[in-house]
Amino acid sequence: MNFDDTPQEAEFRSVARAWIAANAPKQYEEELRKSSLGRTQLKNANILDVAKAWQKKKADAGWACLHWPKDYGGRGSSPIERVIWQQEEGPFGQLSRMFIIGHGMCGPTMMAFAREEHKRTYLPPLASGEKVWCQLFSEPAGGSDVAGLRTRAEKDGDDWVINGQKIWTSGAHYSDYGILLTRTDPTVPKHKGLTMFFLDMKSSGVEVRPIKQASGASDFNEVYFTNVRIPDHQRLGEVGDGWNVSLTTLMNERSAIGAAVSTGFPELFEYCSSLMLDDGPAIEDRAVRSKLANWAVKASGLKYTSMRAISSLSKGERPGPENSIGKLVAGSMIQDVATYALDLQGAAGVISGEDAELAGRFQAMLLRAPGTRVEGGTDEIMRNIIAERVLGLPGDIRVDKDVPFNKIPTKGRG
Amino acid sequence: MNFDFSDDQKQLRDQARKFLTEKCSPKAVRVVLDGKALYDKELWKGLAEMGFLGVAIPEEFGGAGAGHLELCVIAEEMGRANAPVPFSSTVYLAAEALLLAGSDAQKKKWLPAIASGEAIGTLALFEGKGNPSPKNVKLAAAGGVLNGVKKPVADGAIANFAVVAARTGSGGRDSDISLFLVDLRAGGVEVKNLTNLDPTRGQAEITFKDCKAEPLGAAGEGWSILTQVLDRAAVLCAFEQVGGSDRALEIGRDYALDRIAFGRQIGSFQAVKHMLADMYVSATLARSNSYYGAWALSTNASELPEAAAAARISATQAFQHCAKNNIQVHGGMGFTWEFDCHMYYRRANAMALGLGSLSYWEDQLIDRMRKKNAA
Repeated sequence: MNFDDTPQEAEFRSVARAWIAANAPKQYEEELRKSSLGRTQLKNANILDVAKAWQKKKADAGWACLHWPKDYGGRGSSPIERVIWQQEEGPFGQLSRMFIIGHGMCGPTMMAFAREEHKRTYLPPLASGEKVWCQLFSEPAGGSDVAGLRTRAEKDGDDWVINGQKIWTSGAHYSDYGILLTRTDPTVPKHKGLTMFFLDMKSSGVEVRPIKQASGASDFNEVYFTNVRIPDHQRLGEVGDGWNVSLTTLMNERSAIGAAVSTGFPELFEYCSSLMLDDGPAIEDRAVRSKLANWAVKASGLKYTSMRAISSLSKGERPGPENSIGKLVAGSMIQDVATYALDLQGAAGVISGEDAELAGRFQAMLLRAPGTRVEGGTDEIMRNIIAERVLGLPGDIRVDKDVPFNKIPTKGRG
Repeated sequence: MNFDFSDDQKQLRDQARKFLTEKCSPKAVRVVLDGKALYDKELWKGLAEMGFLGVAIPEEFGGAGAGHLELCVIAEEMGRANAPVPFSSTVYLAAEALLLAGSDAQKKKWLPAIASGEAIGTLALFEGKGNPSPKNVKLAAAGGVLNGVKKPVADGAIANFAVVAARTGSGGRDSDISLFLVDLRAGGVEVKNLTNLDPTRGQAEITFKDCKAEPLGAAGEGWSILTQVLDRAAVLCAFEQVGGSDRALEIGRDYALDRIAFGRQIGSFQAVKHMLADMYVSATLARSNSYYGAWALSTNASELPEAAAAARISATQAFQHCAKNNIQVHGGMGFTWEFDCHMYYRRANAMALGLGSLSYWEDQLIDRMRKKNAA
């Protein structure tokens, strides 16, 4: 048992470290290091521009999308090299956030299902960050129940005509392309009538409207489709096989090993280490210590769970299911951590923004936190996944499973 | 990076599991649970023959001379099986104290006897309510004899010898405490078995009256040695707790698949599924924290104090969580003596206290994290 690199890993690490040291945008390092959930912008620069510039620089030197084949703009690296890169990239990895969906989900789906000429055309600029992609799955009527989506695609000559609405599309407002899951046959049960496409987000009839979140910020969008035409050669997979195609996408979403999840613990520990309460330093208060200890072991538990998965990669094995706990644990934890940080501030905890303690760091975290328990699979969906795929418990009873889609009753918003 | 046990260590784990499945069935555990024996003597003998008791004891002292990672995988299996033997007292506490502080003669006398299964050892630290602290040690050592009362002492009624924490100074400082080695079969010792939460592991009150004792380690070094012993035992116990958590989760999962109510497997209800998923989360966090503890223990890393406290807290929480919700999954049947659920519930809650309670270790963890940050 050890944390040591193999000789090849050590060699890769030193080359990566040297390149990052020579090329990373260091003027933003401190600010990126201090960013936390709900507080991710740069003060004097547009983070999207900085992110795109860094991605392009990496791509030109062969450091973009490490695990992708070279022909598609990647480096052809092993999974463990990708993890080592992430470790070395450190705070600059924050700049990859706007590319996560494109690189982690759209790219792999294109690789699995697009025509060869499309892969060669579209993947390299996706890898280099020159083109940004989004994923258009969720709908008002299909949140956790993705297969309940209603956006229609109807064949018209060599094109498909799209009408409907998507929601919770991260980054749609700055995306150039998207992968789109549609319903092509409403007369068959819901999982069987779906088809996947990719499209140019600048197509006529696509309208992007930002959603103002509960936190006040806008990271997500509604996307409306009115008679949008997509040529058939942009179809991904067979007609009616969209559900299986989307599983490829979603599996990639959840297999992001080694990507550190944000728990809020380092921020809280740092805060408590210097905070003075009425009776003395917070860190010497028994109640505070008890809370901190409970969160400390969750944070370390996640860290070493990730190390175990990385070790599997290093040995060329597939990581076990234990990594599936990350988002579930971190999501509710960061919410609790933020709530407690404000509790320690007493009545003044109510003040947010620049006038607040630490310029409102924990207030921003609190307001952004509810989203972390919903996006990318709600806590409840994550528990279902663990129960069914890890523990082997039965799937939920689905009353709509064998019913034609157009006969399923609907109400409410997803 | 290879943050995992080696293939040989995993093979040892399989071997231990096979052995314990055969020799330590729930039926065998129940003999001790029902008070028909103080511990499972046959199993103890078998563990010695398998070389498990001395796995981390050097060959020159009669052990297998493997290491602490090997001991961790065996500990996990002992926890899974709920083994009714004085393994933790003898191997994690007494043997570790001897390895850390014993003279050559003391090691020669006791370690081979531990490895062969002839001697059961324990640590006599607590004196009634309270957590590990030099202030709580009242038992006095003067002129080579001990006077005072220790309770609870794990496996005290069946132990041949004890490592005893005694007061040699008058204050509450660490340096006022020294350790002694006592042959419990010699004179000056009175042992009373106590009823306790987990009858599969005994607890006793031991009264020392002008009891002859030999020093273990240097005078005034007792607390520093004890702290190290408790850290090492915290990691090893964490593996027992991880094994127990996994087993309690499995029993609950199997019951949820087997039991039909309202015309369905109860494991198809989200309320039950999600409860089991949360148990898996706790058990996974505990396992990962414990692996880190194992790494620190096996390499004698400076991170051991922090890693041990984290493993202790995480594994204690996980075992308590899995054991109590295993009963909940079973409903009324889980609350019967007949079902095995309560054996894990008892063990989980007894283990949560044995090396000092959860609140004590929470406090320790934050202290140790602060020290590391300051360094």
